[in-house]
Amino acid sequence: MLPCTGRIDESLLLKAFENGADGVMVVGCLEGDCHYVSGNIRARARVKRVYDILDKIKIGPDRIRMYNLSAGEGSKFAAYANEFVERVRELGQSPINRVRAGQAHAVSQKEAT
Amino acid sequence: MITGTPKPIEEIMEMIESYDNIILAGCHGCVTVCRVGGEKEVQVLASTLRLAREASGKPIKIREVSLERQCDPEYVEQMRPYVEDYQAVLSIACGAGIQFLAEKFTTTPLLPGINTGFLGVTERQGEWAERCQGCGDCVLHLTGGICPVTRCAKSLFHGPCGGSVQGICEVDKSVKCGWQLIIDRLKALDQMDNYTKFKPFKGWSSARDGGPRRIIREDMI
Ligand code: SF4
Ligand code: SF4
Repeated sequence: MLPCTGRIDESLLLKAFENGADGVMVVGCLEGDCHYVSGNIRARARVKRVYDILDKIKIGPDRIRMYNLSAGEGSKFAAYANEFVERVRELGQSPINRVRAGQAHAVSQKEAT
Repeated sequence: MITGTPKPIEEIMEMIESYDNIILAGCHGCVTVCRVGGEKEVQVLASTLRLAREASGKPIKIREVSLERQCDPEYVEQMRPYVEDYQAVLSIACGAGIQFLAEKFTTTPLLPGINTGFLGVTERQGEWAERCQGCGDCVLHLTGGICPVTRCAKSLFHGPCGGSVQGICEVDKSVKCGWQLIIDRLKALDQMDNYTKFKPFKGWSSARDGGPRRIIREDMI
């Protein structure tokens, strides 16, 4: 949890994927409503850059998305979260996790023999 | 500052294809300011390469390093204790920095992660423009502070060519005529007499035409 999406940078987002995330949802305040003026606008640009990187390296750009909400929109947050989770489920495991799962499978098979 | 642009990921992937452990070296100097080779860019590029390589089933280990400057020996030497433990160094400093590493670490291949651009300024966030070509014999005092070598597409020294139309250079509509800029500025400064002070010809031996250059300051040695 970060106090402002403006603190998020590309490396944090990519680290999440390195750490095994299948998808990353960034939720910032409504545009024009940032307590620090433009944190969420900067976050949007960074999310876009990571989107492009994921596309280029074939991890799949749709695994990252930014949403904007006000703090009072709890039910909307839940709806967005469900929507995003559904989308990532449809995409399935990230290629990284697929490779890792394959390796774990190979290791356990080796152990079994 | 010295500017640059990131090399395409595909090109870097190809360069590092045969390696499975490398150093990725950034620089806190110019390339940090133009957002192409600083600590942050090291983190982002390292993650990107690790993800891409792992997804392709050929993981790579990357040690992330950022030197104060890659163009000064005392900082470069900080890498010596461990550089040999890696198969290659991918540097995202300018071409000078990359070459300096290559010179110091003779048994380790050096790979460029950026395309070095020019000596320039930040016109606004995300936009840089060339201002100086290091000709070694500066004439800015005569030209209203505008460089004819750089700002004139043909590096002319005695006024604009016939291709200058309404302040625009004939090589590209987005390029202002350097000489129009110079003359406008000289007029504004009431220094048009400078226009007659140019040397009959400019010696270029202090520029690149004289081969790789070297500065020796006896007072500092
Ligand atoms: S290595 Fe290049 S980018 Fe780094 S400080 Fe030196 S000149 Fe600037
Ligand atoms: S005259 Fe030479 S040194 Fe001066 S700004 Fe132009 S290129 Fe650089």
